[in-house]
Amino acid sequence: MISNNPILRETSHLLIPAILLFALYVQFHGDYGPGGGFQAGVIFASAFILYALLHGVKKAEKVISLNVAKTFAAIGLILYAGVGVVGILLGGNYLDYNVLSHDPVHGQHWGILIIELGVGITVAAVMLSIFYAFAKFRK
Amino acid sequence: MTAIAIIAMRNLLSVIMLGGIYSLVSASLFVALDAVDVAFTEAAVGAGISTVLFISALGITGRHQILNRKNHIIPIFVVIVTGAGLLYSTSDMPAFGNPNAPVHTHVAPRYIEQSGEEVGIPNIVTSVLASYRGFDTLGEVTVVFTALIAVLLLLSANRGHRQDDD
Repeated sequence: MISNNPILRETSHLLIPAILLFALYVQFHGDYGPGGGFQAGVIFASAFILYALLHGVKKAEKVISLNVAKTFAAIGLILYAGVGVVGILLGGNYLDYNVLSHDPVHGQHWGILIIELGVGITVAAVMLSIFYAFAKFRK
Repeated sequence: MTAIAIIAMRNLLSVIMLGGIYSLVSASLFVALDAVDVAFTEAAVGAGISTVLFISALGITGRHQILNRKNHIIPIFVVIVTGAGLLYSTSDMPAFGNPNAPVHTHVAPRYIEQSGEEVGIPNIVTSVLASYRGFDTLGEVTVVFTALIAVLLLLSANRGHRQDDD
């Protein structure tokens, strides 16, 4: 395992929290600057992949296992589609965010925040699951 | 340059590394074109994740390309014809930066003028992506999810076969 190399190990310990924090920043700051769910999801997953590369998939799976990641991939998609259904229930069209709040613009903010969260969760979970699936594959 | 080097390479690991560099170069190209959102995605997905995923796929298959000594004429013919067609159609496209190009006169002005009042988010890219084109983005997320299902099915189907063989 590469984690025997102290430089790599310590650098990763410094970097991984920063990467996770940056992913969250990109996720929730997507309304104001460049970024959004897709980018944030990928960055979030890359932090876990870095950890798995250095410490092995087994240790990474103690944090988020393949099954948990698969579940989250579905949860993110359901969250996105669910916002659309809520829009219908509140009397609008599918994925119409105007009805989500008393004020249309406010509703748009809520809608975009939630669907971006759904996108982020799905993308992060899918990237992580695909990596696990490849890494655990044995011929 | 990187693309030419990729064609000449036979060692797949170097090809993957050069692919990552190629993505990073295109990302800086997108920054130069003021498309920071696209550049961000290209740097994170193209140079980051896909490189790692390719390497992990390589771990399963092996790192050297098996040379195919078959007839190359038909593939080369298809590539040249397609490339020539693409180059020919590029000559009909509006000049770069032309303000009267269809892309600038269709829906873009409405997004730029109205999204501040309708959506109220400073980043217009996000409001187009998540609100005006919400269905598109839902489709994209579904594609990502389907890709996961496909990968898991392929990798675990193989495992099932092996158990049958034993």
